[in-house]
Amino acid sequence: MSLEIEQPGLHTTVQDLGRPGLYHLGIPQGGALDRSSAILANALVGNEPAAALFECTYLGPTFTTTEPTLLAVTGASVQLLVNGDPAPSWATVALVAGDRVSFGYVTAGARYYLAFAGGIDVPEDLGSRSTYQVGSLGGFHNRALAAGDDVPVGTPSGPAPAPGTALPEELRPVFPTEVDLRVIPGLYDHRLTEAGRETLFSATWRLTPVADRTGMRFEGATLDWRERVPPFGAGSDPSNIVDAGYPVGSIQVPNGTQPIILHRDAVSGGGYAVVATVISADLDRVAQCMPGTNTRFVEVDMDAALAARRAGREHLERSLAAVAG
Amino acid sequence: MSAPTETAAGFRYSWGGDEFLFVEVAEEMDLAANFRAAALCQRLAADRPAGIIDICPSNASLLLRFDPDVLAPDVLLARVRELATETADLAGQVLSSRLIEVPVWYDDPFTNEVGERFRDNRHEPDSTDLDFAATQNGLASRAEFISRHHSAPWIVTMVGFVAGLPFMYQMVPRAEQLEVPKYLLPRTDTPKLTIGHGGCFSCIYSVRGAGGYQMFGVAAAPIYDPRQTLADFADSAVLFRPGDVVTYTPVTEERYREIQAEVAAGTWRYDLRPVTVDLAAAVADPRAYNERLLEAPRVP
Repeated sequence: MSLEIEQPGLHTTVQDLGRPGLYHLGIPQGGALDRSSAILANALVGNEPAAALFECTYLGPTFTTTEPTLLAVTGASVQLLVNGDPAPSWATVALVAGDRVSFGYVTAGARYYLAFAGGIDVPEDLGSRSTYQVGSLGGFHNRALAAGDDVPVGTPSGPAPAPGTALPEELRPVFPTEVDLRVIPGLYDHRLTEAGRETLFSATWRLTPVADRTGMRFEGATLDWRERVPPFGAGSDPSNIVDAGYPVGSIQVPNGTQPIILHRDAVSGGGYAVVATVISADLDRVAQCMPGTNTRFVEVDMDAALAARRAGREHLERSLAAVAG
Repeated sequence: MSAPTETAAGFRYSWGGDEFLFVEVAEEMDLAANFRAAALCQRLAADRPAGIIDICPSNASLLLRFDPDVLAPDVLLARVRELATETADLAGQVLSSRLIEVPVWYDDPFTNEVGERFRDNRHEPDSTDLDFAATQNGLASRAEFISRHHSAPWIVTMVGFVAGLPFMYQMVPRAEQLEVPKYLLPRTDTPKLTIGHGGCFSCIYSVRGAGGYQMFGVAAAPIYDPRQTLADFADSAVLFRPGDVVTYTPVTEERYREIQAEVAAGTWRYDLRPVTVDLAAAVADPRAYNERLLEAPRVP
């Protein structure tokens, strides 16, 4: 069983839940940027949570199936078309051999996921099928899809939900154009002036088009740094530090302008001061921000972050239970 | 839970969201700070509390990734503080490390071509990266700079930015550190295996791509092998580990071509020897210590 790719879309890659534990070698965990949507897409076709699927950014692919399969589309709001006819997202859709699948334009969110019963069957590299193009690891030949690719799909190993099974509306995420992201201040926020720190949390930051799996750049204000004698090895700009590790979700502000949130394909370290880190519960929401999204960074503490993490997990469990019937 | 900004052993602790703990050993770079970070990472790796996902040593700091569902943040913090106190004094501490010889073709045509292509990104477009580096460090010639560059070993202080890229700090006193600013504007291209330099740090570009470090030469053999075909990469796609001690050996174009042929034939092996670094001794007299270290026996 395979998928014959007619048009690849803007940036369609194979992802699973990534390869944790290699960050000390500069290899990011990677995996689906919106993990919850990926896990739910897999559940809707009877796959394990870590099965490989397609992550589509803004513009999706057009492809034809060579054999019958089940498809589920989750994540950003987009019209799924099967042979030109509308079909539902967040639902189990049965395809027959020769069906031509395409997509309309995204109306909310940025990334959507296509899971197929059996999962995308590309070789694992270092324990994962996630595409990490910089390091030539995973995915379909370590790269984004291209026209003419013939992408293999594995054999389903267990029962799947019946076609027509859908995640109830009230459990689906919404993707507003104004987003509050919860962050824990830290690493080098003490290098900002009082006014700079206040601006970080009061400003509205607009997502620029410079946004990919590694990082997303925002604009909207300028942060002031404290005067200092540069420490040996740090570099002369006040936003420079002696190169250090970067957490996933960390916010760095080179030169005090244009904060960058690193995402799951993060560079593992560098010489810019991190001033806060997006909490794990909000990383999926960062992944779904479209350019132009107005964003505020909301300061929370560890207890609030852990409560949000629990709430996120409970929501996912409820969603999985609803799909399982 | 309060923000963990207090210090123990002079270290500073900070949360990177709910999955990362950052430990800053010192604000400025020196060998002692790096060794303290390395010693703490080594102890953490031996202790390895359940729920630790990544232990990432860096230049003068470390970053830990943990699963807060398995390991409560305050439990982790308390444990790290304990180990930091135990490892803060370098006296009597050793680092299990490896000595790796890296053949380098200095002043090669590949990096010179790219440097010329991006000449307007440099501080001095009409100079070369090596000449600029020599001048910046008050040295008479590029030959003298190259000599200083390979006459003392380097310690891998961090592996990262991208897959398998080592950052190295030369094991010499601060007054002898080679310092060169990065390009004014980063390049969009850097040859694979370029020997780069920014600030006081050397690096080897593991893959082709963007970069801002000055370019002095190319390493002759791969340092990242995602298909793990060469014998040195059987256990890991990445050659370097934080704490490795690296010596650069200048090679001629002829030797460079020979090594490339060995790589292509799959027979290339690095000269790679296990060493034990006495941290306090290395900090106290780097020059004398390096000479002893480089006498480590080759493993058959």
